[in-house]
Amino acid sequence: MANIEIDAPGTSQLFIGNEAIARGALEAGIGFAAAYPGTPSSEILGSLAQIAKKMGIYAEWSINEKVAMEAAAGASYAGVRALAAMKQNGINVVSDFLANLVMSGTGKGGLVLVSCDDPSAISSSNEQDTRPIAKWLDIPLVEPGDFQEAKDMTKWLFDLAEELGTLCMLRSVTRIAHARGNVKLGELPGKQHKAYFDQIHDLKNVMPTKFMPMPSSLRHFFLHMKLDKARDKFELSPFNRYVGPDKPDLLIITCGSCWLYSQDAVKALDLEDKVGILKLGTLWPLPEKFINKHLGKSQKILFVEEIDPFLERSVMEIVANLPSLSPHPTFYGKRSGHINAYGELNPNMVIKAISTVLELTYQPRDVVYGNKAEAVAKSNVPERSMTFCAGCPHRATFWAIRNAIKLDGRDGVVTGDIGCYSMALGPAGFFQVRTMHCMGAGAGVANGLGKLGQFGFDQPVLAVVGDSTFYHATIPALINGIYNQSKFILVILDNSATAMTGFQPHPGTGMTAMGEPTKVISMEALCRSLGARVEVCDPFDLESTTATLLEMMAEGGGAKVAIMRRQCELVRAKKEKLPYKVHVDAEKCIGEACGCDRLCTRIFLCPGLIWDKKTGKSKVDEVICNGCGVCVDVCPQGAIIKEAT
Amino acid sequence: MTKKQLVKDPLNLVITGVGGQGNVMISLIIGNAFVRDGYFVTVGETYGASQRGGPVMSHMRISKETQYSPFIPDGCADIILGMEPVETLRMLGRYGNPGVTTIINPRPIYSIDVTGGHAEYPDLDKLVETVKELSAQTWIINATEEAQKMGSHMFANAILIGALIGSGVLPLDKKSVEPVLCEVFPKEIEANLAAFNKGIKFVRS
Repeated sequence: MANIEIDAPGTSQLFIGNEAIARGALEAGIGFAAAYPGTPSSEILGSLAQIAKKMGIYAEWSINEKVAMEAAAGASYAGVRALAAMKQNGINVVSDFLANLVMSGTGKGGLVLVSCDDPSAISSSNEQDTRPIAKWLDIPLVEPGDFQEAKDMTKWLFDLAEELGTLCMLRSVTRIAHARGNVKLGELPGKQHKAYFDQIHDLKNVMPTKFMPMPSSLRHFFLHMKLDKARDKFELSPFNRYVGPDKPDLLIITCGSCWLYSQDAVKALDLEDKVGILKLGTLWPLPEKFINKHLGKSQKILFVEEIDPFLERSVMEIVANLPSLSPHPTFYGKRSGHINAYGELNPNMVIKAISTVLELTYQPRDVVYGNKAEAVAKSNVPERSMTFCAGCPHRATFWAIRNAIKLDGRDGVVTGDIGCYSMALGPAGFFQVRTMHCMGAGAGVANGLGKLGQFGFDQPVLAVVGDSTFYHATIPALINGIYNQSKFILVILDNSATAMTGFQPHPGTGMTAMGEPTKVISMEALCRSLGARVEVCDPFDLESTTATLLEMMAEGGGAKVAIMRRQCELVRAKKEKLPYKVHVDAEKCIGEACGCDRLCTRIFLCPGLIWDKKTGKSKVDEVICNGCGVCVDVCPQGAIIKEAT
Repeated sequence: MTKKQLVKDPLNLVITGVGGQGNVMISLIIGNAFVRDGYFVTVGETYGASQRGGPVMSHMRISKETQYSPFIPDGCADIILGMEPVETLRMLGRYGNPGVTTIINPRPIYSIDVTGGHAEYPDLDKLVETVKELSAQTWIINATEEAQKMGSHMFANAILIGALIGSGVLPLDKKSVEPVLCEVFPKEIEANLAAFNKGIKFVRS
């Protein structure tokens, strides 16, 4: 809905943080953008790709984060401003390149990396903080405190990156990246990009950006000079500011979305004349002089930040070098236990921390009402666990895997990784998946399990992986399994989209980010070319899928591939009407008397099937059911009926 | 004509339901209408689980003065728009207060915990009574049922937006919302506008 390319300077738009970052990149005159999808970062490239053709820029979904960053660096070397965007896990994938990129420096085009972190791991396998990576690798780092800053900082960061000739990084978190707020637009540049890789060494430049032969330690020295220059700029940056009285009872030091929570908390407690907030936007290197100026303001200092105590530790390093802080203030934060050492924060948590430090009481609502509301909600609101959508092919796949493992009888093990299919760790996928780490790790772990025959290991091993993950991070593990003859089945859940992050295309879809048709990289052709046995199944055909898996488990030899091919139901439902109208024949369903233990509603757990307590029979919820018809084959009584629409 | 004013700054609106029901759509429409009317709006959404049957909520903070955080502090909701009954109660438990206005669509969506027999869905009539007791004013809008009469349960969202505007709890005119509604639902504009007007009528009758 948001038009990030709208040419209306001065108007306010409602943007999510990611759209604001994309707009900032457009205002900076970006020419090249690359990313791999990952919540909460996906809409940066997603929104740029939509308007790329119109705006004369290039945007791509790369095969993984490392290639995205490397491709963006390529554009920088040819003088084109470039951006790479990813979620926190992607920073790990790209870190080897980053550690070398900081040494080489970038090209004439400013190069910016955006990392979107996910405190509380709402849509992630971990809640890793990427700020310390900037410190570790000497990368200038900024973090926006609201939506306007997300745009303005991005634009400004390209100028800085270009001036310093080094990669600069912008870190955002879910509650900026995926929250919406006002963004006042700036001008869009009309400039055309001229790309050229200039191969002549510029010997006059003391901070060379070209690949002259030079010892790495000397490059490291130059990198530190760039950081010093960045710090000088940061000392004067309007993205760092103090709000509050001259001598506050409490000084909060914060950044990012916690800046918003801190302001909310101070307002809620009505403490605007007693509590000051030092809001930092440039996080590495920290503006030491600017921070020093404010540290003596209060005897009580509270660090409000999410995940790691990055500011807390870094400011302490500054304090250690300060002779003049007397009397020494008391510091509160994660070390003191006033701020949670894990998970995301919110205004309530900051209110509680301030109240504890200043020994105040806070009562947001009438106590009697509050107790009653909490009690009735607690006793009346049932759990609502996440599950696969109605009609999701993964439910059928895991049903087939479950039944094949049961029939095989050797206690087969399923390894997995990140994607919608991670839900198979729980009831949605019948608890089939037993391991979950980074992308592609299921296949890697299976490589080890599949070589344990000499130690008496006889359990069949199945590694499940999504289609996009297959291209991203699984191919080396498959090659390893074929080369080293590890006995496992790679089960590729091919739903023809990067479904978890918003249905982005990938190399198997035949479509680019900018909507151009391209070559389909066939996963079966690729796997067969490696010498693997490959079977392609339709998971909705439960009987034949189960039989194929069972037979593959029994066969000897190295790694094999089973492709479960069915389009993501959410993608299908956008284009087509329901395939079937499904209902339960109340005559045939005999409820608890059946002996099936309510297979459809208690075990199969499709949200489209509900249990009618009054009649003691199953029923289809017509609002939820997507008409896949798979449950028809699950009911032992044949009581579920599908009619073609 | 003088524009309606905020009765409170910030005004805190919670939109809640189950993943897939469309609460993000509703927050987009209301949020954009407010920004076009010159307000600061912050919207925080539950993402990730939003397509997959989990409880979802959007927090909207509306202000003339400043950009608030995307989280409403506990106990501080002014309006709760509930697209599903138990989710409405879940929100009242945490964000409700004696002054809260609640608009509720009393159509249950059972979780897998309920269908699987691990949790109980409460008696619907009692549940609605509890919601009434915990709210200063309550509108019960049979949005799903009415939408199905119009041909698709998907029109329930436009009916609920209509009810929200018709109730007068937001300083937002019908005329500010309609153009945004048309942009967000480019397909079936006529039916969605009809549903929107139906929602307005329900609360005014």
